Amino acid sequence: MSKTLLDIKNLHAEIEEEGKAILKGLNLTVKAGEVHAIMGPNGAGKSTLASVVSGKDGYEVTDGTVEMDGADILELDPDERAKEGLFLAFQYPVEIPGVSNINFLRTALNEIKEYRQEEPISAKDFMAMVREKSALVDLDAKLASRSVNEGFSGGEKKRNEIFQMAMLEPKVAILDETDSGLDIDALRIVAAGVNKLKNENNAVILITHYQRLLDYIVPDFVHVLADGQIVKTGDKSLALELEEKGYDWLN
Amino acid sequence: MSDKLNNFIKNLDVSAAKFQQMAAERLGNLDFPTTKDEYWKYTRLGKLTKLELSKSADPDRLNLTKHIISNDYLVVVNGFIREDLSQYSKLDFEIDFLGSDRMSEEAYFDKGLNKKDVFSSMNSAFFEKVISIKIGASKINEGPLQIIYVSKGDHIISNTRLYIESGKSSQSEIIQTFIEKESTNSFTNHVTEVYVSENAHLRINKAQLEDDTNSLITTEQIHQEKNSVFKINTVTLSGALVRNNINIAVAGQNCETHMNGAIVTKNNETIDNHTFVDHRVSNCVSHENYKYVLGGKSTGVFNGRVVVQKDAQVINAYQKNDNILLSDFAKINSKPELEIYADDVKCSHGSTTGQLDEDAIFYLQTRGIAEDNAKKLLVRAFVGEVIESFENEHFEKYINTQLELIHGWKN
Ligand SMILES: Nc1ncnc2c1ncn2[C@@H]1O[C@H](COP(=O)(O)OP(=O)(O)OP(=O)(O)O)[C@@H](O)[C@H]1O
Ligand SMILES: [Mg+2]
Repeated sequence: MSKTLLDIKNLHAEIEEEGKAILKGLNLTVKAGEVHAIMGPNGAGKSTLASVVSGKDGYEVTDGTVEMDGADILELDPDERAKEGLFLAFQYPVEIPGVSNINFLRTALNEIKEYRQEEPISAKDFMAMVREKSALVDLDAKLASRSVNEGFSGGEKKRNEIFQMAMLEPKVAILDETDSGLDIDALRIVAAGVNKLKNENNAVILITHYQRLLDYIVPDFVHVLADGQIVKTGDKSLALELEEKGYDWLN
Repeated sequence: MSDKLNNFIKNLDVSAAKFQQMAAERLGNLDFPTTKDEYWKYTRLGKLTKLELSKSADPDRLNLTKHIISNDYLVVVNGFIREDLSQYSKLDFEIDFLGSDRMSEEAYFDKGLNKKDVFSSMNSAFFEKVISIKIGASKINEGPLQIIYVSKGDHIISNTRLYIESGKSSQSEIIQTFIEKESTNSFTNHVTEVYVSENAHLRINKAQLEDDTNSLITTEQIHQEKNSVFKINTVTLSGALVRNNINIAVAGQNCETHMNGAIVTKNNETIDNHTFVDHRVSNCVSHENYKYVLGGKSTGVFNGRVVVQKDAQVINAYQKNDNILLSDFAKINSKPELEIYADDVKCSHGSTTGQLDEDAIFYLQTRGIAEDNAKKLLVRAFVGEVIESFENEHFEKYINTQLELIHGWKN
């Protein structure tokens, strides 16, 4: 049996400032080699789940556990979680003027390698890797060297997220609405990229509103997240059913 | 003379030269400014003026290798020019070390300085020798000339004086590095005078890396003739009190003036930049961009004065001062001072102060970069605009190295 990469048990989390509960006892188990899709109405807590799992400030976990590869990650800083193999593709990627995309990726990659006690990557190997991985998502090489997301179109930002995922080769990748904002061709390219990165040792969690993405990246499980919980889990046919009927029938 | 000032200079002797005697006499009628003084409102001199300081010609050999970033360099230790440590050819720059008698014969020497200013008057009274640099007409210098000012020892006062005349249609760069070697509680009082002739291009890159118990006050008096381009970049990475007074008189038409500053602090530093561009004639452009990154309990002061005189039409003057406060205890006082007496003028100024973008820090962290390093990347990006304006790779690399040494930044 393949090993569990991400194990979320009874997760409760609230917004620190307001004390407003968003996640209310969420369970999710993701094993190596699997693709999970999470769907659900606006405001259900999907992005909050991604934020809490990746360690963003401003949320308090009031109950439950999150384990990666068998180890508790809730006490780790966001960068340590990344070094352990977690990746988050943002629903709204942040623009960072003045920080070059590839410079920061090289810093990131080498910091991760140092953490894992591996040798740093040479400039030459790094550039070769940039070329290979940017081709994977058809990201213009010029964009790769510009400031992070600055002045990128919506679709370019999403491609840049997957380019970064390709560079960092995470064990568990959470893609938060990577499909929204992509045109049909770009969607196909990005999906193909994700499929190429996918293997029996890693896992992908797709947060999406649209069944269409799941035609390209076929999920093993489809979950419905509503009001801070997973309220239903099925196979890919559930996505089709949701597309047809919406979420109301679940209550 | 006030007791305070008298006490401050009591260990210094005035030379017999008439110029210096007169300056000392003038000093007798002056006093240190206080916070009641408009241009010293935010910067207290109390700590500095209480120091008991003296002169010291240090004879030691010094290893300055890591600070040398040009083929031609002059070394000044505690205000004394050290020819034995310097290396230069006279082919590119005409370099002389002159006393005040000889300097007084120069048409532009000491002319622009405010005779009521206590620090430049003190400098005039007590400097050892003037470094005089002349750049011949039409001379295009590929490499810069570097001047390394070293503070060495404790409770030392240095009065350093630099005079630059860039000839018609010449192009040059001067680098000034202010550093310390096992020095504490010392003070450097520096004056630079610059005459930029018609059609000349001159760039000054300054790095100020004093000890955090040392202070540095510079007065820079610049005169620009028509069609000239003058650029001055100031980087301050440490020091107890660092005050730069840049005064630029734009006296000819079609001039360009650029002033950039990058200030990075982490302890108790007070870094104060007062700039003044005096647009006396028409058809000129001035650009100013100062960025402060203030940590610890440090204080930043920025005062950008721009005057456009009555008949100086078609002037574009831009001024920007952006600040990041890295701690709750750091503070910045930023003030633009625009005085416009002409009507066909485009002036803009803007000042922002904020913290680092939390979302950007988190984004970088999710890629595996530790919080501290993420912050450094963002801060580095913030001052990047200024670093780009150095137009000198070696200077840029030097600053990056110093940022790593002094502030632990990685590139
Ligand atoms: N930092 C915050 N401060 C205040 N409220 C927040 C914060 N983060 C999330 N919320 C609230 O938590 C709820 C869940 O938001 P979340 O972004 O997780 O929803 P979502 O399922 O991703 O929705 P969508 O499909 O629209 O992206 C919303 O009501 C949102 O307003
Ligand atoms: Mg969302």
